[in-house]
Amino acid sequence: MSDDELAEEEFEAAPPAGEVPSPQQHFASRFRGVTGALGPLATVVLAFFVSGIAIVAIGKNPLRVYKAFWDGTGLNFFIHFGSHSVRIPFSTTHVWFWWDTASISAQNLQQTLLTTTPIILTALALALPFRAGLFNIGGQGQYWVGSILTVWVGESFIGLNGPVHIALCLLVGTLGGAGWAGIAGFLKAQWGVHEVISTIMLNWIAIWTISYLLGQGGPLQGSQPAIPVSNQIADAAKLPIFWGPKLLQGLSIGIFIALAMLVVYWLLINRSTLGYEIRAVGFNPDAARYGGMSVARNYFLAMAIAGAFAGLAGAIDMLGWRYSLGQLDVENQAGQIGFIGLAAALLGRNTALGVGAASLLFGALLTGTSGRQLDQSIFRPDLAGDLTTIIQGLVVLFVGLNLLGLAAWWRRRRGRVATT
Amino acid sequence: MAPPARTGGDDVTALTARFERVEWLSPRAIGIYGIFLGALAFWFALPPVMTRSPVLPVALGILAACAGIWSFSRDEHRVGGGAIAAGILGIVLGLLALRSSTGNLKDVVVWSALFAAMLRYATPLVFAAIGGLYCERSGVVNIALEGMLLSGAFFGLWAAIWAHGWAGNAAWLVGLAGAALAGMAFGAIHAVWAIHFKVDQIISGTAINFLSLGITGYLFIDKYGDTGTPGDITNYGIPDIHIGFISRIPFFGAIFGQLNLMIWLSFLLVIGTWIFVFRTPYGLRMRAVGEHPRAADTVGIDVIRVRYIAVISSGAIAAMGGCYLSLGFVHSFNEGMTQGIGFIGLASLVFGKWRPFPTFAATLLFGFSSALADRLDAYGDQWSTLFQALPYLMTLIAVAGVVGRSIAPAASGRPYVKQ
Repeated sequence: MSDDELAEEEFEAAPPAGEVPSPQQHFASRFRGVTGALGPLATVVLAFFVSGIAIVAIGKNPLRVYKAFWDGTGLNFFIHFGSHSVRIPFSTTHVWFWWDTASISAQNLQQTLLTTTPIILTALALALPFRAGLFNIGGQGQYWVGSILTVWVGESFIGLNGPVHIALCLLVGTLGGAGWAGIAGFLKAQWGVHEVISTIMLNWIAIWTISYLLGQGGPLQGSQPAIPVSNQIADAAKLPIFWGPKLLQGLSIGIFIALAMLVVYWLLINRSTLGYEIRAVGFNPDAARYGGMSVARNYFLAMAIAGAFAGLAGAIDMLGWRYSLGQLDVENQAGQIGFIGLAAALLGRNTALGVGAASLLFGALLTGTSGRQLDQSIFRPDLAGDLTTIIQGLVVLFVGLNLLGLAAWWRRRRGRVATT
Repeated sequence: MAPPARTGGDDVTALTARFERVEWLSPRAIGIYGIFLGALAFWFALPPVMTRSPVLPVALGILAACAGIWSFSRDEHRVGGGAIAAGILGIVLGLLALRSSTGNLKDVVVWSALFAAMLRYATPLVFAAIGGLYCERSGVVNIALEGMLLSGAFFGLWAAIWAHGWAGNAAWLVGLAGAALAGMAFGAIHAVWAIHFKVDQIISGTAINFLSLGITGYLFIDKYGDTGTPGDITNYGIPDIHIGFISRIPFFGAIFGQLNLMIWLSFLLVIGTWIFVFRTPYGLRMRAVGEHPRAADTVGIDVIRVRYIAVISSGAIAAMGGCYLSLGFVHSFNEGMTQGIGFIGLASLVFGKWRPFPTFAATLLFGFSSALADRLDAYGDQWSTLFQALPYLMTLIAVAGVVGRSIAPAASGRPYVKQ
C-alpha cells in the first residue's frame, strides 16, 4: 500500500466531526496484515528510545543496559544453533535437536514464557471488553481473586486425584475472576456505573480483603505462625512442568492453556454470535439496541468473560510456579501483571495474534529487568522495575497516537499547505 | 393587591413552598430514611451511646433494609438498594464494633479526632475532584488524576528538599510550585493527546497514570532508594494553622483549631470553584464548551483554548493535592503512595454530579471512611485490615447505589473537530 493510499484510508477512517470515536475506529480494523504490525513496532521503538533518555539521565549507557535486559530474557536462545541431544518431555527418550534446551538462556527463556502466560490472559481480559467499548482496568484485582480462590482450593482437598484437583482449581479460579469482574459488568449494565471507577475500586477491595485473609491470624494464613503466607497447594494440584528444573520454576503446561485461550478469544470474537454482538455493541450501542441486541447483557457477559481470563491467569500462576500466596505478594505493587496485560492488549491492537506477540514482549521485558536476571552492577533491578513502568506508560501513550496515521496526517497537511 | 415585601419575604415563601412540595412519604423519601437508619445502626454501637447488646443495631439495620426493600419494590431502585446496603453494612459494622472492647472503641472513636482525620483524608480528594471538575466541565475526561496527584506528591517533595538549602522553612512554597508545575506538565500531555491528537481520553489518561508511577518511582529510587526521604521534612513541610480562639471552643476546637494550611485552602478552593464555574462569564464559557462545543464555537468561544487551559489547570490543582499528601500530611514519599486516591476523587466528582458542593460532601464521606479505617487499623486487631477496604467499598456502593444516574457534561470525552 502506498503512502498516499494510507493517508486516504486514514482520512476515511476518521470519525465524523463531533462524534465519539469508538475504540474500533482507533484500533483493530484500521490496519490489517503486515501494515498492522508496523504501527506497534514503531511504538515500541519510540518507547524504548524515549525511556533510553531516562537511563542516560542517571549516567548509564542505554545500549549496555538494554543489552543486559536482552541477555536476561533468554530470547537469545533462538539464535544459538548447534547439535544437541534433548530429552522429550514426560519421557526418557532422547532425540537430536538444533537448540540446546538445557543452557542458561533456555532457563531464562522458561522464565520469560512463565511470565508471558498470565500477561496473555490479563491482556485478553482487557481486549474482550474493549471490543464492547468497555475499559476493564481491573485485571489485577480479578487476577488476585482467581489466585486466592485457587490457593484455597489447592490447599484443601488434599488427596484428591491430580487431574481432578487441577481442573477444580482452574475452574474455581476462573469463576472467581469472572464473578469479580461480573460485579463491575452488572453495575455498568444495570445502572451505568463507569467501569473504570468500579474496577479500580474492586482492585483495592480485593487487595485488602486478601491481605486480611492471609495476614496474621487470618483464615487462610498457613500453618506457620508469624508468617503471613498461605499453605502450599497440594503436590497433586501442581501443573506438570515440561521444560526445566522442577524445583527452580521450570515451565509448566500453563503456557499452552494461555495459547489455547488466544484461539478461544479469536473464535469468540470473530466466529461466534456473542462476539458479533459484543463488537456491534462496542461499535454503536444505540444501533445494537435498535437491532434487537441487549446492550446490558453484552456488557455483563463481556466483563464476566474478561474476568474469567484474568482469574484463570491467577489460577495458572498459583498452580504453575507460585504454589502459595503471601500477604506481601498482594500488597506489594511490584507485581502488576494486570496492568502489564493492559498495555500488552493495547499494543497488540486487541487482536489474538497481536496480544500474543505483545505479551511475549512484555513478558521478556519483565523477566529481563527482574532482580533474578539483571546484573546488579549494570543497572539496579528496582530502578529497572520502574523503567518497565515508564516503558509501559510510553507504549500506551504512543499506541493511542497511532504513529503511522500521524505520519500520514503530517504529510497530508504539509501537502495541503504547499498547494494553497 | 399590594406586592409582598421584597426583603426576605420572597425567600421565606420560596423556602416554605419548597418544603411543601417535598413528599415525605414517597418511596424515595422512605429509602432515604432507610439509609439514615442504617447509619444509625452503626452509630449506636459507637461512643458515646455504645450499646453493648446486638439488639439495637440489628433491629435498626433490619428496619433500614425493610425500608429499602419497600422503596426498591416501588421502583426507587437506587435509593432502595442504597438503603438495603446501608442496613446490611450497619448490622455488620455494628456487630463488629460490639465485638471489640469498650476501651478500644473509645480509643478509636473520638469523634473530634475522627472528624479532624476526616478533613485530613478528604483534602487530597477535594483537590483531585475539583481538578477533575475543571477538566470534565470543559469536556475532557480525566482519569489521569491519580497520576497527577502522584506526580505532585513526588515533585512537590523533591522541590521542597531542593529549596530547603536557601529557602529555609518556607521551602514548602517552592514545593507547592514544583508540584503545580509537574501536574501542569502531565496535564499538558493529556491536553495535547486528548484535544489535539483526539486520542481516546481514557487511554491517554491511563498512559499518564503509568508514566507518573514509573517516573516518580524511578527518580525516588535513584535519589532516595537507599535512605528514604529525609526525616527533617516536618520542619519545612506545609505548616499547620493554629487559630487560638477556635481551639478554645470545646468540640470544634479539637477539629478546627489546628488544621493544615492546605485544608483551609481546600475549603476556599471549593467556594472559589463554585463562584468561578457558576457565577462568572468564564465559568459559563467553560460549561458551554463542555456541554455543546459547536454552539460555543458558533458564538465565538475558542473551544480548543478553553479546553487546554482547563486540562492544564486541572493538572496543577490535582498535583497540589498530592503535594499536601507528601509535604503536609505524611512528610515522606513512597512509590505509588496515592493508592487510588485520584480515582476516589473522580468517583466523588461523579457522586457529586460535577457540582462543587455536593462533590465536597462526597469527599467528606470518603474521607470519613478512610479516617475510620486508619484509626481502626492503628488501634484494632487483625480484622481491622479488612477495614482498609472500607473507603473503596463505600465509593463503589455510593457510585452504584445512591446517586441517580448522574449526567456527565454532554460533550465529555468527545474530541472537538472544528468545521
